[in-house]
Amino acid sequence: MSTHDAVVMGCSAGGLSALQRVLPGLDRHLAVPVVLCCHTGSADVSLLVELLARVCPLPVTEAQERAPADPGVVHVAPSGYHLLVEDNFRFSLSVDARVAYARPSIDVLFETAAEAWRERLVAVLMTGANSDGANGIAAVRRAGGYAVVQEPATAEADVMPRAALELAGADACLTLDAIAAKINELCLP
Amino acid sequence: MDVEDIEIQLFVRAMQLRHGYDFSDYAPASLKRRIQQLVRTHDAGTISGLTTRLLHDQDFLRKAVEGLSVPVSEMFRDPPVFRALRDKVFPVLASYAEINIWQAGCAHGQEVYSLAIMLEEAGLYDRTRIYATDFNDAALAAAAEGIYATRDARDWSRNYLEAGGKHSFSDYYSARYEFIKLDRRLRRHVTFINHNLVTDKVFCEAHLILCRNVLIYFSNALQDRTLGLFRDSLVRGGFLCLGTRENIDFSPAAAGFTDIDQAMRIYQAGGSGARPLAR
Ligand SMILES: C[S@@+](CC[C@H](N)C(=O)[O-])C[C@H]1O[C@@H](n2cnc3c(N)ncnc32)[C@H](O)[C@@H]1O
Repeated sequence: MSTHDAVVMGCSAGGLSALQRVLPGLDRHLAVPVVLCCHTGSADVSLLVELLARVCPLPVTEAQERAPADPGVVHVAPSGYHLLVEDNFRFSLSVDARVAYARPSIDVLFETAAEAWRERLVAVLMTGANSDGANGIAAVRRAGGYAVVQEPATAEADVMPRAALELAGADACLTLDAIAAKINELCLP
Repeated sequence: MDVEDIEIQLFVRAMQLRHGYDFSDYAPASLKRRIQQLVRTHDAGTISGLTTRLLHDQDFLRKAVEGLSVPVSEMFRDPPVFRALRDKVFPVLASYAEINIWQAGCAHGQEVYSLAIMLEEAGLYDRTRIYATDFNDAALAAAAEGIYATRDARDWSRNYLEAGGKHSFSDYYSARYEFIKLDRRLRRHVTFINHNLVTDKVFCEAHLILCRNVLIYFSNALQDRTLGLFRDSLVRGGFLCLGTRENIDFSPAAAGFTDIDQAMRIYQAGGSGARPLAR
């Protein structure tokens, strides 16, 4: 039996290549939603979605407001909006001010996901050159969820994973190549 | 039930009973974040602390509305939308002797002025009246001023060109140090009005309603009611433009609209009722 019901992931600078390393390792029988917030700086995430879909065994789509976080699907936060998870496990969007200079903000996704999935959430924070996500990791851990942070020494940009470890610690500190196996272990049926 | 969730319900109830502002049908996750933000901004300690001030301090209502409203906007946000309005909607508007446009949720007015510029360049502005509404008086006052930070003007200038602007964005403002002030002439056909989409009714016959990134804050039920209000406010064949990431697939009232440009979220009133409802 899986011990966790959902995965949220966050990354920034260096995020695309990190995701291209991690997503191929996801088991295609994974039956939980995976929700991803990656700062891209571009006005549209359709290119990111397409690049990730090529390497990921699960379908990858842009998260749609009001729609449910479907299991077995990787949902990508649209650019220019914060992506939030409601208590009924559906998505909502906001254009509230940037948080830690970012919109979408990893903190906003992680904090709302932590409220929705509580201890059944896995959060993964990887490479990035700012400290977005640290508060999110703290919220996930407070709610009893499982926090994975990329081993900073192996991150293309180490500010993000370091900031999270300093603020909140982690349940596992892993290299990119070990992250998918951990997700599979925690979430496979 | 979580203590904080109880506090939120009590705060929302107080807002409604004491001041007539109804937030009970807003999407919970972002409403909660904004209420928590209000607690920090006003050093209220807890949400209950906010509720106390709301009940006993007359001046606090204005601050609460400002905190909950988040008037964040840009000029020509999503430039292709403005291009699509010019190419697909303006030619139809041009057939009316007088054009009424309702811009709902106008925040600090960036979109009103964007629209005014586009209409001016299309030669339609002098037959147009724009009703720009919001439920936040402070935002309306700022919108009427039309003063923005110079650092935003650079992005907006690029947006303007991408939107198909014919001149230079700088033709429309005067710059003073770190501020730009939009040309007052752009305001000549704009009326700013306080209107709450939740509690106020139809107030004009519109040929175009622009309401972008406002319904994203509403629950499905409230989104549906508001789309009904828009349908009732539009002339037959009138247009509705929503934010580019908005989803109306869960709204029965959306059956009253036909897609004109789905990617740009431009619809026309009058539907076949063929739109399938999502679950
Ligand atoms: C994020 S801004 C959108 C600004 C602009 N339309 C855009 O997309 O750039 C949302 C605006 O909707 C307003 N708003 C929220 N709820 C409202 C309501 N019930 N009635 C009227 N305006 C509302 C807020 O005050 C805020 O100014």
